[in-house]
Amino acid sequence: MNTATREAYGNALVELIEKNEDVVVLDADLAHATKTLKFSQKCPERFFNMGIAEADMIGTAAGLATCGKIPFASTFAVFATGRAFDQVRNTVCYPNLNVKIVGTHAGITVGPDGGSHEAIEDIAIMRSLPNMSVIVPSDDVEARAAVLAAAEMKGPMYLRMARVASPTYHKEDYVFEFGKGELVKDGKDVTIIATGLMVPKAIEAAGALAEEGIDAQVANIHTIKPLDEKMVVECAKKTGRVITVEEATVYGGLGSAVCEVLSDKYPVPIKRIGVQDKFGKSGDADKLLEEYGLTAGKIMETAKELLRE
Amino acid sequence: MKHRRNSDMSNVKEMAKQMRIDIIEEVAAAGSGHPGGSLSVTDIMATLYFDKMNIDPKNPKWEDRDRLVLSKGHVAPALYAALAEKGYFNREDLKTLRKNDSFLQGHPDMKKTPGVDVSTGSLGQGLSIANGMALAGRMNHKDYYVYVILGDGEIQEGQVWEAAMSSAHYKLDHVIAFLDFNGLQIDGTNEEVMNVNPVDEKFRSFGWNVQMIDGHDCDAISAAIDEAKRNIGKPNMIICKTVKGKGVSFMENQVGWHGTAPNAEQAARALEELKAI
Repeated sequence: MNTATREAYGNALVELIEKNEDVVVLDADLAHATKTLKFSQKCPERFFNMGIAEADMIGTAAGLATCGKIPFASTFAVFATGRAFDQVRNTVCYPNLNVKIVGTHAGITVGPDGGSHEAIEDIAIMRSLPNMSVIVPSDDVEARAAVLAAAEMKGPMYLRMARVASPTYHKEDYVFEFGKGELVKDGKDVTIIATGLMVPKAIEAAGALAEEGIDAQVANIHTIKPLDEKMVVECAKKTGRVITVEEATVYGGLGSAVCEVLSDKYPVPIKRIGVQDKFGKSGDADKLLEEYGLTAGKIMETAKELLRE
Repeated sequence: MKHRRNSDMSNVKEMAKQMRIDIIEEVAAAGSGHPGGSLSVTDIMATLYFDKMNIDPKNPKWEDRDRLVLSKGHVAPALYAALAEKGYFNREDLKTLRKNDSFLQGHPDMKKTPGVDVSTGSLGQGLSIANGMALAGRMNHKDYYVYVILGDGEIQEGQVWEAAMSSAHYKLDHVIAFLDFNGLQIDGTNEEVMNVNPVDEKFRSFGWNVQMIDGHDCDAISAAIDEAKRNIGKPNMIICKTVKGKGVSFMENQVGWHGTAPNAEQAARALEELKAI
């Protein structure tokens, strides 16, 4: 309970030692932090530390994938998607290879390490690549399920994990359905579409809104690409107002994806909560979330604003 | 099933001659492409495909096959010529290079072209891919070799050196790399643009087994591969001294022929020269 999604990732990899013998794991000198360490200790023959060389790591993963291996390549999100972007683009996505890229320490909740290490653009840039799927688990239960599911699916996939522990709201028997949104709470006045660590915040906000007589529904979009367009449209039709929440830049991520779909299929008023075109910085994760407006309070305030308009 | 390998070196040389003709015809038909480098790697490619590689054109995805990573993907015309002559597809298809709906893309595309082991094109990435293939081979208890062809300008990319470290760290003796050392790149000579020398000492200091040979001598290339296969525990670099544009007098050692297609008259002259060899 209340475990970081990266921790769940590391544990799921250990499960995969037995479950899928084609799974191999690569890291770029961050095994302690990305939590691939346990896998490396239990199954050293299927673990490759590539040193501080993310480009080489992704290329090597691609080579392994051409020979039927299922590589999970792990490092901080900022390096996996930024430093190695060309490798992800040309050597993983272009030939549609079965490489799972796992970026941990995503978003501003990295905290003390500061803006250089806080990926806010990773969702946007990974989403822009053909063949790439993008998954952002919202708690440890979902992270485990998503990693196990990813191992069984073909094709390039980016999985975004957080450094900090967050509330577990899924039950142990939760079934992860790739590409399907999850209606966490039903409601009729407004839909809060959230991803990752912002889902528990959205649930909290919906609870507080209920006390004020506002019936908000909450959708967990763990698969940002391919987006569950049907569900997004249904939410818009039902509540007529949508708020998106993500711990990432508002340019190109979940909010943009929702706007793209709704502007085509069912335009309604939308507010996007996220990082407002600025880099992260050092500090306590919770205080940073306050400062960047990624809180239940901000979601409530935005919902009320939207209902007044 | 083991595909019969042809160890008749006169055939290899014949194939190299035919591949050069194919390359000129392909690039001329496409109206764009990279003839200079394609002609400089031809003898390496011919030796691999017609002497050394354990492959089966009827089963391009055969798990036990040797692999080729054409890291300098822009010399795709040379690879396509080898694949066509080997029987992966028809020689006539070569003329569709770079055209709409062709399965022969400007740079190698494993999803479209039978016999292409991996897509390449963005320079500097092939050695990493080859390392991954070799690691998989080791894990799967396979004995295949992974051949990689790098350009001399290409090794200016930092990733090459990340990968060079990894090949040695993981003792990937089934990686056999070739450096197409023709000394020229788009903007001029290596020395003018960004000096890469001494290439042999660089790779040796990275823990590689290094040989330096004439990259147009198919016998020497073949012997160097045999020598590389005898070496245990280290990756292999065969530095091939080559001539960009080899075989066509007006293209030889001319930077301008890096990425320019010959017009009809130039192509005719080039073909005349190549056929007379």
